Amino acid sequence: MTPDALPARRSRRFAAVAGPTRVVFLALAGVILIGWALVAADGGQFLTLENVVGVQQRSAALGIVAVGQTLAILAGSLDLSVAYLISLTSLVAAETMAGQDSGIVAAIAAVAGVSVLVGLVNGLVITKLRVHAFIATLGVGLIIKGIVDHLYDGPAGRVPETFQHLGYDRIGPVPVSALLWAAVALTAWFLLSRTRYGYRVYAVGGDVEVARLSGVRTDRVVIVTHVLCSLCAGIAGLLLAARLGAGAPTVGTDGGYDLESIAAVVLGGTALAGGRGGVAGTVGGVLLLAVLDSVFNQLEVNSFFKDVVRGVVIVVAVAVYARRTGLLRGRRA
Amino acid sequence: MIGIGKSFLGVRVLGEVDLVAAAGEVHAVVGENGAGKSTLMKILAGVHPPDEGTIEIDGRGVSFGHPLDAQRAGVAIIHQEFNLLPERSVAENVFLGREPVRRGLVDRPAMDAATARLLGELGEDSFGPRDPVRHLSVAQQQVVEIVKALSLDARIVVMDEPTAALAEHEVDLLHRLVRRLQGRGIAVLYISHRLREVFDLADRVTVLKDGRLVTSAATGELTPDGLVRLMVGRDLGSYFPPRATSAGETRLRVTGGGNDRLRDIDLELRAGEILGLAGLQGSGRSALAKALFGAEPFTRGRMTPVRPRTVREGIAAGIGLVTEDRKAEGLALRQSVRDNALLVARASGRGRRDGVRELLERVRLVPPRQDREVRYLSGGNQQKVVLAKWLTVAPRVLLFDEPTRGVDVGAKAAIHDLMRELAGEGAAVMMISSELPELIGMSDRIVVLREGRISGTLPAGPSEEAVMRLAAGEVAA
Repeated sequence: MTPDALPARRSRRFAAVAGPTRVVFLALAGVILIGWALVAADGGQFLTLENVVGVQQRSAALGIVAVGQTLAILAGSLDLSVAYLISLTSLVAAETMAGQDSGIVAAIAAVAGVSVLVGLVNGLVITKLRVHAFIATLGVGLIIKGIVDHLYDGPAGRVPETFQHLGYDRIGPVPVSALLWAAVALTAWFLLSRTRYGYRVYAVGGDVEVARLSGVRTDRVVIVTHVLCSLCAGIAGLLLAARLGAGAPTVGTDGGYDLESIAAVVLGGTALAGGRGGVAGTVGGVLLLAVLDSVFNQLEVNSFFKDVVRGVVIVVAVAVYARRTGLLRGRRA
Repeated sequence: MIGIGKSFLGVRVLGEVDLVAAAGEVHAVVGENGAGKSTLMKILAGVHPPDEGTIEIDGRGVSFGHPLDAQRAGVAIIHQEFNLLPERSVAENVFLGREPVRRGLVDRPAMDAATARLLGELGEDSFGPRDPVRHLSVAQQQVVEIVKALSLDARIVVMDEPTAALAEHEVDLLHRLVRRLQGRGIAVLYISHRLREVFDLADRVTVLKDGRLVTSAATGELTPDGLVRLMVGRDLGSYFPPRATSAGETRLRVTGGGNDRLRDIDLELRAGEILGLAGLQGSGRSALAKALFGAEPFTRGRMTPVRPRTVREGIAAGIGLVTEDRKAEGLALRQSVRDNALLVARASGRGRRDGVRELLERVRLVPPRQDREVRYLSGGNQQKVVLAKWLTVAPRVLLFDEPTRGVDVGAKAAIHDLMRELAGEGAAVMMISSELPELIGMSDRIVVLREGRISGTLPAGPSEEAVMRLAAGEVAA
């Protein structure tokens, strides 16, 4: 029926599926090389232990949030409340621990509870009240912000020494926080590629109506996805509390975790409209942003210029993906 | 299904409809657009709950709250617009929503194997379970839908206009697949506007009109003319309006036109004439229409009065294109009838903005209301709005790409009349249609394309064989 499609099929499939992920890791390798050359030309050393650890540590919190964001975006949704939720959970964690080791378990449980609750609200508002995810999660985020701003005007609570290990310790060259990130990413990858839930995320994000008519309970998928996304934000909140030794009402928004996590996901080749992409690309996207940061820091580049370059990188990457899918589509007449 | 009734927002769309289908029967459901066929089928598939009436499968009463309930009861529906995810593989689509699991994890090998087995049973070897659906042709995607139905162990398969988007030779393949389903003792409910295939394929025909049952009879008891009368409730007489008596001046001429899909195109469109463009799927028919219009312009050759390089130039030269896919390319679905009718006039800054009402009456939109969102209109009415959109700028050349696809018999006749009327007023008309009887009935001259070239030109009223021979080349003669 399409004789021209047969011989080229294998290579095209490779280009399409592995495409964006491959592109982002190639870009990552490229940036490391260029950064290494630039820093060396500047008389510095790029691939030092300190630097590698720094990149990992800087990316861990964003990486964990971005994994959650990947799930939301794949399901055709998105979550703008993550930054506010991170602030809230950092406070919940530090206040519950109150400097006592005995409070750690209770703190983790409290953070999980708060995250699940916020995720449920996000998911229910989107599915049952039929509010677009952009507005729903923005609204929930503002509600959280209002509550946090009312109760706190500065850092509060205290995280015990034991728990601060999470933020600063490392095993060899690998920080504990990076391991936590890896665990979160692997869990998400496993869910997406090996479980029914994952298949349904792709289906709902690909086309809600198709999923519904195939018997998928689409509302449930969206709600579960938002709960998982919020849980990821909660984990990031715990991590940041461990770093700071306290909770802070602006730690999430100062880090720009909402838009930056979305940028990392899209940079990783996941379609903003949902249904296509994956966690691997997101990991690449986060690392790419972190390495860029590291290069600029070492070269002591003006921070405004930094933002310009990041913006260019994100736009160019997405334009490249659009072109590739466009070429593939164009072959189908 | 006994005494089924359904209302949407207080409008009764279906009342007291009975439908009985036997195992191993191909049961055609026919009626004009808006007759309630699709609603009836959606009730059967659990998409909408019925307001009244009961559904029984194998003698047992069932009620569906969700499409999943219907699936479990053995009802599979193949919608007109496919329900496939282009980004996912064939197997993932087939088992969507009910992926096999082993120890809690999706059992991908089992999924692929089951899909491969079903593809094999259907004799389909042009693609495999792991190919992404995005790379499949329309006909192949339909096979995926059928495999999906089979994997459900469906006892009832509903096909909603399965041949609307297929080329002639693909239709034969589909009919063979339907026969296989029938052979497995599956009841096939087959919705179609093509009367010929109803008579070729169906054992029984149920006719709906205005949401009510007209009749249900064995196909042998009906004649094509009789069936049309039942569907529209009146005699359509001859199918096609009379031809033009003579062609006028040349409105558009191409010599040696070509681009990456077309070669050596010599073509003349004359005032008052309807030129039919025939060819197999992929022969470049739509590409030619788009080249003339400037959407995918010619890169070689001469064209008079101008060779449009962009759509704006095409429109400025008085050329209009009624595209093949009206939902994706012809209409802004969420906008009103009025906004759609004025799309071209507003974009090009030409033409009139008043008199939309007269225009809508002229294209026979029923009811001619301007404020409704276009997505709520039937296919036939949508196509009329597309036409109105072009009439605002009074084009000198109008190109129609499959103008009556998925349009009911009544609206089809109205569109045919309108095309002839426009030609009579001095427009040059070109028409593409995969339905040969329509093309032959309408055209004053037929140009046949094969692999991007013109393989021949035929005078009015050729035989279907003559057209097919030119379209397929010697091989398939």
